[in-house]
This record gives sequence, structure tokens and C-alpha cells, in this order.
Amino acid sequence: MHEFKGFLIKEFYHIFRDRRTMLILFAMPVLQMLLFGYVITNEINHAQIAVLDKSDDYITRKIITRLSASGYFEIKSYLQTHDEIKEAFQSGEVREVVVFEDNFSESLNRFGTANVHIITDASDANTANLIANYTSALIARFSADEFNKDSRGLTIKSDVRMMYNPEMKSVFMFVPGTMAMILILISALLTSVTIVREKETSSMEVLLVSPLKPAHIIVGKVAPYAVLSLINAFTIILLGHTVFGLPVLGSFILLFSECLLFILMALSLGVLISTTTNSQQVAMMLAMVALLMPAILLSGFIFPIENMPFWLQWICKINPSTYFIIIIKNIMLKGSGFMAVWRETLILAFYTFFFLFVSIRKFKTRLT
Amino acid sequence: MRTIYFILRKEFTQLKRNRTMLPIIFIVPLVQLLVLVNAATLELKNISLTVCDYDLSPASRRLTSVFDASPFFNVHKYSFSTDEAISHIENSSSDMVLVIPRGFETKMVRENKAEVQMLFNAINGTVAGIGNAYANQIFIQTSKAYFMEFAGLTSGQLNTLNINAIPAFWYNPDMNYKVFMVPAILVILVTIIGMMLAAMNIVREKEMGTIEQINVTPIKKIHFIIGKLLPFWIVALVMLAFGLFVGKIVFDIPLQGSLVLLFANAAVYLLVMQGFGLLLSDTADTQQQAMFIAFFFLIIFILMGGIFTPIESMPLWAQWLNKLNPIAYFMKIIRMILLKGSTFTDIRTLFLSLSAYAAIVLTIAITKYRKVN
Amino acid sequence: MKTDKIVISVKNLIKDFGSFRANDRLNFDVYEGEVFGFLGANGAGKTTALKILCGLSRPTSGEVMVSGCNVYTQSNLIKQKIGYMSQKFTLYEDMTVTENISFYAGIYGLNFKQIKNKTMQLLSSLGLEGEAHKLIADLPLGWRQKLAFSIAIVHDPAIVFLDEPTGGVDPVTRRQFWKMIYEAAAKGVTVFVTTHYMDEAEYCDRVSIMVDGRIAALDTPANLKEKYNASSMNEVFLGLARHTSNK
Repeated sequence: MHEFKGFLIKEFYHIFRDRRTMLILFAMPVLQMLLFGYVITNEINHAQIAVLDKSDDYITRKIITRLSASGYFEIKSYLQTHDEIKEAFQSGEVREVVVFEDNFSESLNRFGTANVHIITDASDANTANLIANYTSALIARFSADEFNKDSRGLTIKSDVRMMYNPEMKSVFMFVPGTMAMILILISALLTSVTIVREKETSSMEVLLVSPLKPAHIIVGKVAPYAVLSLINAFTIILLGHTVFGLPVLGSFILLFSECLLFILMALSLGVLISTTTNSQQVAMMLAMVALLMPAILLSGFIFPIENMPFWLQWICKINPSTYFIIIIKNIMLKGSGFMAVWRETLILAFYTFFFLFVSIRKFKTRLT
Repeated sequence: MRTIYFILRKEFTQLKRNRTMLPIIFIVPLVQLLVLVNAATLELKNISLTVCDYDLSPASRRLTSVFDASPFFNVHKYSFSTDEAISHIENSSSDMVLVIPRGFETKMVRENKAEVQMLFNAINGTVAGIGNAYANQIFIQTSKAYFMEFAGLTSGQLNTLNINAIPAFWYNPDMNYKVFMVPAILVILVTIIGMMLAAMNIVREKEMGTIEQINVTPIKKIHFIIGKLLPFWIVALVMLAFGLFVGKIVFDIPLQGSLVLLFANAAVYLLVMQGFGLLLSDTADTQQQAMFIAFFFLIIFILMGGIFTPIESMPLWAQWLNKLNPIAYFMKIIRMILLKGSTFTDIRTLFLSLSAYAAIVLTIAITKYRKVN
Repeated sequence: MKTDKIVISVKNLIKDFGSFRANDRLNFDVYEGEVFGFLGANGAGKTTALKILCGLSRPTSGEVMVSGCNVYTQSNLIKQKIGYMSQKFTLYEDMTVTENISFYAGIYGLNFKQIKNKTMQLLSSLGLEGEAHKLIADLPLGWRQKLAFSIAIVHDPAIVFLDEPTGGVDPVTRRQFWKMIYEAAAKGVTVFVTTHYMDEAEYCDRVSIMVDGRIAALDTPANLKEKYNASSMNEVFLGLARHTSNK
């Protein structure tokens, strides 16, 4: 046990001494949190649009004012001809062109209906869809406000309650994902690369012939990263709370235990990766493909899982990050207790044991 | 020039011999393209809905059926207790609850005005916001239809004015979100190969000590750098071609614009990233450090570069910062050329900025790179 | 082949790393064709001085001329004329014997015909014909070191710098290795070698012994033994090291 203590201290010292890496490990979560909080948003905000107003009467002008006053759009240019639409899109200047027909208000008054064409640059289908939706909604509301004051018109009023996130901030959606990503990055990626590095420089062999047990070596190697990850988890929650007003409604202890479980899972995955290769570059690429990209894209972090094709939803269900994100959202935002997340917790625990079991078996066969 | 040949030959020999790395370099992009591209949709089809219909009248049933018929909503549960319905939101089996109170129909008939309650799981604000907008459209339509029936009018007789908003989706009428993500994944890919692998390759020689042996030879700094960067520049461009091919076959992405123009831009973009890679390899002593510094910047570059979320939605300071983000330039260029067929005139400013950027970064990186310490 | 022509001249060489002085006013000359031993305990500053001579590191102050060139201004010219083999293993493990040879020969500017001849010549003199297409990783350490030395002089340099070339090598191979060094010296190549094997010091024409960043002694092995009244270089070295640490 005494040797183990010494070894553990050496490992901690070794990592914490490398100032550059330390700086990055601590700056990364902070910067990424701020990025996600302020920069990454799906909301439409000042989208650049152009207007082709062939009618140019008081109603079309009113609609245009309504569009630009909404804050969603910024009218970048006024086009004169149809051909200019293509040019505007081609140069990437605008995302949408709103086209009013000739004699817009005249046709509205005479026939009770007039057409406005909402042409979007759908090369970015997601954004085009959002923008078209926002525009249609704004025009629909305009027409309801201006022309349907007829008292005979029936209305169904809705009383809307946005639960858990009344202001619909996208940061609520992104914080749990950022946490999963950073913990995966530090725990799994760093661990696997560190161990492989020892193998590459053959200092691992020195350790293996020492009186330390293999399990001790692994624990000694991963313990500093576990501590680092926990500190980072705490930083992220703290930043989310103080800067972005993200609540922690559930039990803090439960939240932390779940973070610890996820970190253990990621660490054991890192150890598993390290047993499969001898090259840092391979370990890195494996960790990237197997962990980082799925943690970002296949976990419900940015893109909701429900929208994906069915087969891909199954892949998401294999991804441990998916469960962690569900757990975090439940505890932090919904205030759920353990009973609401026991299933996900069990899955993470299962993964941890599974990865550890496989890596210990692989480690042993390598030694014999 | 001959020295460059010898370094190139050595690099390709080593690359060829790396039996694990080579397949990974080719498999990574394939996996990423085939799997991840499918994930990137924000299109909403199935907002799952629990309905609490306390009225149980023809009017309330009609409203429910309109929701169910809509492609955006999927009524998957009915409940007679608001609390139970809310518990569906709590355990995430529903995204939304619609409560139709008792007396809904009566109020419609007598007061022309009825109320319903909607509860959304707003953790994903976008889903909740769009769901709300769709629901409101349904309310307007339903109430209008109901009124016309009630008053026995046809639509011509209805004394309202109507503005039809007719959407048209150019360049991508099927709204295939995948064609947007294919170029994005390709950009990430060439960046990782061109910058990260190149940087790690140099740092690896540092770690192994072989770089000293090279440094005592009369080899010129510039020859060494070219010999080190060129292989990854070539591999990255080959991968781009390969990725485009796969994208065309599997996802049928449009190749509207000139491929020559695209590759010219890719070539310049790679120079920028390789300049960064060179700076990085000068700073880092171990591959681990190199990797982490690279990850740190790449994740920021990528997430700010408009790959997943539109740049215009970002705050102004972030848009200014993006002027320094090479990925943002190339991301825009590749999508414009591939999806919209933009020509050189359209992208001239972007291309020139990128070229200037490449010149600056490479000059700094090459001057800073030291053979001697 | 030893002559009186000075090929390395070092005057008042100082190298500081921050506040640590690794080389403190070194002064020595090395003659053409001699085997010059550079001795010292680990951390005495041998490798630092050697790196300065090779142009891998810049001196803080002092005058250093290598093969008639100034290390401050003409380091690229120097590099044409020197060979170098370091204590770290410097061949590419994932390349074959011939690939390593032709790579280094190529970047030293040999043409294809010369490369081909050199390769054949090297392989036969080392007895590695059968291993020509084996990966370096599959060769025993002793062979790798001999190959590394041959590659370090593949371009016929005037001076070759060897930084602890025989570390971790068995005694038989070490003997063969020194045979190669003598062969090179006989052809007029100046050999500058650092080591901490004192028996190897006996093979050198002259040795300098560094202690704590300074040169504590410099002479032929025979003179040194006489001066310090010692029976072997080992005793000379221990005596010097003790002397300074007592001070």
C-alpha cells in the first residue's frame, strides 16, 4: 500500500505540473460553456433577408416593417427583379427573399386574398425551415391583427406554460451536453492516450515489473483524471448556475454521484481503448470516432434524437452519453429524484462494469 | 528540391506502413459521413402529445383530431387527470400536454371565445417554440372552420381578408438536411488530417528524438517544413475527393458548382490550417499536448464556424471573432459552391481573405519554427 | 591520420539555461583525425556542449569554430561537414535498413548513383545484406547502433559527433563499435565522442573530463593517469569528481 501511495502522488504531481495542459483542461470547460451559452443557438436572430416588393403599397410596407421590427430578421437589401433573387442567394448574402405580388393590397381588397412568396435558401434545410416558419407565423399574425377583427370570428385562446425553461433559452438544452462532452474528452480521451503513451515509451514495462499490482497501476493512472473531471463538472454546473441562471432543482449529492458514475464509465472506456492499441495517434482517432463525435451528435446534445431515422435512434440508445444527458436534465431542470433516473443509472453502471471487465481480461492475457 | 523528394518518400513509406492508422484515416470519414450526417436534423415531425379532454364534446374531439392529423403532432396518450398528463412530461414520454377544459364547446357557441391550456417541456426551447407556433396555427384554422360551419357560410362568404404565405425552398426543395451536413463533415475531416495529423507527426519525431538527427543535417528549414506538410495536404485533398464521391453516391448531394474552384479553395484553406498545425508543433513537446491544444481550438472553431447553428444568430462579438475563424470561411465557401453553384465572383472576397490568411499564418509559423534552441 | 590542424576550436564558451549555467567558460581545441573523448558524469554538461558544436543549440557567449566555420553565422555550412549520432535512438523504426540509409544519404545531397553504391557498401561492411529489407524495429540493438553510426558518416563528414553511442550495448558489440570508430579515424574523420564508460576513455587519443559545467582536465589518457597518479581512467575520473565535490 505504501508504494501505491507514492505512485499515486507521483502521478498527480506529473499531471498537475504540466501547466500548459492544466490551463487547457480548466480553460476548456469555461470557454465552451460561455460559447454554448452565448454563441450556439438555434434561435433565429437577425437573419439576413431581402425583399422584392413589386407592389410597394401601404400594406406591403406595413408587413415589411412588421418583419424587421420582430428582431428575427434584418432586411439587407431591396431587390428590383426576379433575377436578382438568384444572385442574392448565390453570393450568400441573404437566407430568404420575401416576394410581394403586383397590386398586393388591391387584390387583397378586391378578392379578399393576396399572395406573398417566401423563398428560402434551403441549402441549409434546418435554418430555411425555421426561417420560413417564423416568416409565415409573423404574416399570419399580421393578417389576424389587421383584418380579422370581425367580432363574429371565433377564437380559441391558449394559455401556454413553458415548463422547466420559461424563457426557452437554448443554454438549458446545451449545458448537459457540454458537460457530457467535456467529461468524455478529459476522462476517456486523456486516459487512453496517457496509458498508451507509457506503452509507447515503454515506461509501462518498468511499472509492470515493480511490486505494484496491475490494478494499482491503472487506478494510479486514472485517479488524477477522475479528480480533474469532477472539478470540471463542478465548474460547469457553477457557471451554468451563476452566468446563465440554470437551476439545480434536484439533489446536489445525487447530481454529483451521477457525474462520478459517468466519469468512472468514461475512464473505464479509456482504459479499454488503451488496451487495444500501442499508438497514441490510433488511440486518439479511436476515441474521437467512438466517443467524441457521438457524444456531440448522437446523444441529443444538439440534435434531438426523436427526429433521427429509426436505425440511428438505436445507435443513440447504445451511446452512454445519451443516458447521462437524460439524467442531468432530469435532476437539474426537472428536479427529479433517483426514482426517475434509476434505469439510466443502472445502464451507466452496467457499462462501467462491462468496460472494466473486458479491459482487465485483456490486460491479463497480455501479461501471460 | 531533391531533399523535399526524400522527405516525401520517407513520409509516404511510413504512412503506408502504419497498418492501424491507414485504415482509420479512411474508415473515420466513412463512418462519420454515413452515420453522423443522418443525425443532423432539427426538422420537427413528431411532437408527442398527451391530451386531457375534460369536455368530451364534438368540438373538443374535433380539435384533438386536427392535432392528430397534423404531421407535427402525434397524440399518443389520453388522460383525464392533468397531474397524470404532466407526469408524462416529467418522465419525458410526452413533449406537450393539451388541456381542453370542461365547457369548451359551450363557451365557443355562447361567447365565441374558448380557452385551452398547453404545457410544453421547454428544455429544448426550439421544439417548444415551434410546437407552440404550429398549435396556434391549428387553433386559427379550426376556429375559422368551425365558425363557417356554425354560421353556414362558405369561404367566399366569410368576410375576412387572407394573406397566403407561399413558401418555396430553393436549391433543396425536398428539404434534405443531409446535403447540408455532408460538406460540414468533410470540412472537419480535412481539417483533422491537414492540421492535427500533420502537427502530431512533427511532434512525434520530437518525442522519439529523430528530429535531432534531421536537425544536424544541412537540410533547409523550409524544405523540411514542406516535406512534412505536403503529404498531409495531399492526403487531405484525396480524402476530400473520396468524401465527395461517397456523399454523391450515398446521399446524392448536389455538385452544382465547379469542382476545380472547390479544390482550389480547399487547397488554400488547408494551407491556413497547416500553418496553425506548424505553430502548434513548435509549441508542444508531446503528442498529448499537441492533441489537446488542437482539440481545444478545433472544437471552438467548429462550433463557432456555423456548422451546426447559423452564424447570424450569434451575438455580434462572436460574428466578429468569426472573421478569424478559418473554418467559418471554408464552411461557407464549400456549401455555396456545392449546393448553390456559386462562382468565383460570388466567393471572391472569401477566397481572397482565406489566401491572405494563409500567407500570414504560414509566414509567422515558418519564421517562428526553430531548428535550434 | 592525426594532424596538427585544428578542426574544432572553443574559446570561453558559456551556455546558460535561465539562471543555470550548463557550460562555464569551456576552452579546448580538437585536431584533425583524432578521437577526442568528452567525459563527465550525467548532467555535467557534455550533451549541452556537443549540441552547440553541432548547431542544435546556440551558445550564450564565447567563440566556437567548427571545421573553419563560425557556429553563430555559418551553422548550415557546418552541418554539411559533420555527422551526428545521439544517445536517443535515431533511426526510423518503421522503415527498413535500406530505406533509412537512402533517406539520410538523400537529405545529405548524395545523388541516386552514390546512394546505391553507399548502400551496397554499407550493407556488406556491416554484414547486413540479408537484413536489407527488414524493419529497424526487428533488428537487435547492437546492429542498430552500428547501422546508426554508419549512417552518421554516410556523407563522409570531416567530423562525427557521437553522443553516448554505446549506451545499453553488450561488450562484444561495443568492441566492434570502437573498431568502426578507429576505421573512420584512420580515414581522417575526426571523432568527437561523449561517454561515461571509463574503459572507452582509454581508447581515445585525448580526453577532456567535465565536472559541473567546467573542464576539469584535458590530456592524453596516459598523461592523465600519470598526473593524477592513477592506474586507470576510472580512478582519474573518480579522483576529479571527488576533488571538486569536496571543494
